[in-house]
Amino acid sequence: MNDLTPEKKKSGLAKWSRRGFIGAGVLAGGGLLIGIGVRSGNPIGALAPKVAAGEGEQLVNSWVKIDTDNIVTAIVPHCEMGQGAHSVLAQMLADELDADWSQVRVQQAPTDGSYIVTDTARQFVAPFTMNAADWLEPTWDGLFTQIGRLADALITGGSSSIRTTGQFQMRVAGAAARKMLIGAAADEWDVPANEIETRDSTLIHAASGKTATYAEFATAAADQPMDQTPTLKSPDQYKLIGKSKARTDIPSKVNGTAKFGIDAAPEGVEFSYAATVRPPVPGTRVASMDASKAKEMNGVLQILNMGDFIAVVADSYWQAQQALNRVDVTWTQSESAIKSSEDQFAAYSKAMDEAGADGGDEAASKGNFADAFAGAATQLEAEYKVPYLAHAPMEPINCTAMVQDGKCDVWTSTQVPLRVRTELNEALGIAKDDITVHHPYLGGSFGRRLEGVYAVMTARVAQATGYPIKSIWSREEDTQKALYRPAEISRFKGGLDQSGALVAYDNIFTQRNDPAEASVPGIYSIPNTKVRVAEAPLHLPFAAWRSVDHSQHGFFIESFVDEAAHAAGADPYEYRLAMLKDAPRQAAVLKRVAEISDWSAPSAEGTAKGIAIVESFGSIVAQVIEVDMSAGKPKLKNVWAVCDAGYVVNPDGFKNQIEGGIVFGLTAAMYGELDLVDGAIKQSNFHDYKMLRMDETPNITVEIINSGDVPIGGAGEPGLPPAAPALTNAIFAATGQRLRELPIAKQFA
Amino acid sequence: MAKFTLNGQPVEVDADPAMPILWVVREKLGMNGTKFGCGIAQCGACTVHLDGQPIRSCSTPVSAAEGAEITTIEGIEGPEGELSALQKAWISEQVPQCGYCQSGQLMSATALLRDNPTPSDEEIDAAMKGNICRCGTYTRIRRAIKVASGQVPASEEV
Repeated sequence: MNDLTPEKKKSGLAKWSRRGFIGAGVLAGGGLLIGIGVRSGNPIGALAPKVAAGEGEQLVNSWVKIDTDNIVTAIVPHCEMGQGAHSVLAQMLADELDADWSQVRVQQAPTDGSYIVTDTARQFVAPFTMNAADWLEPTWDGLFTQIGRLADALITGGSSSIRTTGQFQMRVAGAAARKMLIGAAADEWDVPANEIETRDSTLIHAASGKTATYAEFATAAADQPMDQTPTLKSPDQYKLIGKSKARTDIPSKVNGTAKFGIDAAPEGVEFSYAATVRPPVPGTRVASMDASKAKEMNGVLQILNMGDFIAVVADSYWQAQQALNRVDVTWTQSESAIKSSEDQFAAYSKAMDEAGADGGDEAASKGNFADAFAGAATQLEAEYKVPYLAHAPMEPINCTAMVQDGKCDVWTSTQVPLRVRTELNEALGIAKDDITVHHPYLGGSFGRRLEGVYAVMTARVAQATGYPIKSIWSREEDTQKALYRPAEISRFKGGLDQSGALVAYDNIFTQRNDPAEASVPGIYSIPNTKVRVAEAPLHLPFAAWRSVDHSQHGFFIESFVDEAAHAAGADPYEYRLAMLKDAPRQAAVLKRVAEISDWSAPSAEGTAKGIAIVESFGSIVAQVIEVDMSAGKPKLKNVWAVCDAGYVVNPDGFKNQIEGGIVFGLTAAMYGELDLVDGAIKQSNFHDYKMLRMDETPNITVEIINSGDVPIGGAGEPGLPPAAPALTNAIFAATGQRLRELPIAKQFA
Repeated sequence: MAKFTLNGQPVEVDADPAMPILWVVREKLGMNGTKFGCGIAQCGACTVHLDGQPIRSCSTPVSAAEGAEITTIEGIEGPEGELSALQKAWISEQVPQCGYCQSGQLMSATALLRDNPTPSDEEIDAAMKGNICRCGTYTRIRRAIKVASGQVPASEEV
């Protein structure tokens, strides 16, 4: 999900000492501001004009402001792309602040280095440190803040908003602000601070009968000393955390008023529209362009050969796209040896063949595979294969840009606004301080909007034409010219002992990205394990795609374990459970999903269940899927999912994410496939890059286990990885047909 | 000059007769609730009603709306701005995730309930399968339609 490879994760940042510098500063307006995860010397006061717009609004700290009507606004650094982070982060801050939830609002933090998502960046770079008892040490945080800045880590991804920013920034900000409000009231009322209670955005001193709203003391709180490590609530004190509070963004999403990137309409700006086309094959450029037909078309203003793309600028997007379709372009030749899907898979096979039995980079190793395999009572071999995939978020790629007077403003749906700013700075030569990246709601993303290229393209067109520009990519352009989940091959060898237990496990595959542990069957007790990667050339540019490497390895590992279970003549659930003897949380999740799915009950004729369990992004998810094969092709009937994310902050929101992850995973499993032809992608739109639709969607039941006492896990991605293997395992159970390739549907056409 | 009624208001707009209703509504009339998704009537994000029938506005030229009534997501609330039963159910069941497809989903569901006040699961599937949701909110949409049609009780916020 980032540019930081596992190798870089091992760089010399081994010793962290203290985190949690909380800096105070008085704003021009007299309010108080706390910077959490911000280094001293940071121009905190500069934030006020960027985030406090309303009359009488007091910025109490960099993450919370209070207005004269006692409305508490949480300023959240993460983008909202459907995962519910805006609302749930506010819920976490509001709980520690004892704010009245009905009077809490949410505001997107500006694209400013002060709002870098320190803990999210740390989760990416060094997830192991999230569990460290000494996470409060300053060396760690200082180094980390620097890393975050370098990585432009105003980032949303990795299923990490709640478990990092929420846990370590929003809650601390809320608790610190509450303590300062109490301090201000204690001074004014001349009573001990510890006698003041807070409830529903109100300060109460029971003995004297005094009460006041937070608004009355928001400004006075500025003079209060700052507790740098405020005590956070324990779970028994939560009022909002752990509750299914309704999401604050949903009302605007049922009446058409929610503003997505594509809806950007900066006041007073009359923009022109651009349609663009990039080369069909990665690494190629425009060779020549004939725009003679297109330039005569209605509404067309300019047609530009930008070298790496063609742009038609017109009075409307539709006119621009119509004209673009009439521009004849020839492209330079690609030097890639990979022209077809077969070429891509052949390159993978070659790399694995060359690595042989012992080659490749070791991803994990335990015991002695060779000896255990040689002595095994039963030997298994299997090869699995998955194709390239696009993200296909519903909101097409778009950006609105103004470049004038040495300044640049862009409005765009992005997961990485600071990275967009950096890319604009590099492309346009405009100083970062003169670039403003506005990022409204994202109409889905799933990893698609982790790049800045479309903002740069739009700004270059705006710069070249002098017009404010709104550019929109056609669906075809986004399907064919994006970044992609890599195609992948994974080969396994397994050895079973006399009892059928999996005692030898060797796996080699060809693409390793993120997270590094995705390929390791770490939850299972397998005494002799060898996992290797034989890196092979990748024709299409890599993208983090919802659950990243887990999306492939979940299918590979959970298919192979299922094959081992059947080879052993064992029940696939019992077989897995036996291998989870040293993993009590995982075993509990698996047991529960077997219970709620009535696993052991016999299925109807032609119908069967499959099971899978994958731990990813800190959450353990097991699924049972029931499929009906009686018509000779899969009909998805039921999905049961049990999830242990440690502690779930908003249960209904979490379930919604898991449901979505399951549908996303089933879509890929059933239909997802991009083919290469002459180096370009064949599929173009939803007619040939098919999505699961409502009539094909099974019933989905999600249950949560709060095992507690562990770092909390993510929600956006972990629902996805078990879906494909649970389905193919069910198909095997129903038909005896083992599917080692995805997608599924075409194999039954 | 195209003439039609939009959410009860007569409009006249200078547009190429071949321009799809989607772009006329969004760009010429500034109403952004209707969304562009695919441009080829495959995803349903652009669904509006033309004389009461759900259509894909990305692939329907504005000439087809001449003298007709177009209803968009901005036009399904009651006269006092009160939410429709479906909109309320979309909130009680916490349907949207990113929300981008939901205008189109609601327009398809609105047409369904008008013609069939208590649809079965199969009837809901048939009416809604033209609308893609990449966030995967289908099971909640199905439940919300049943809530709005009085077939199951609304979920309560905790």
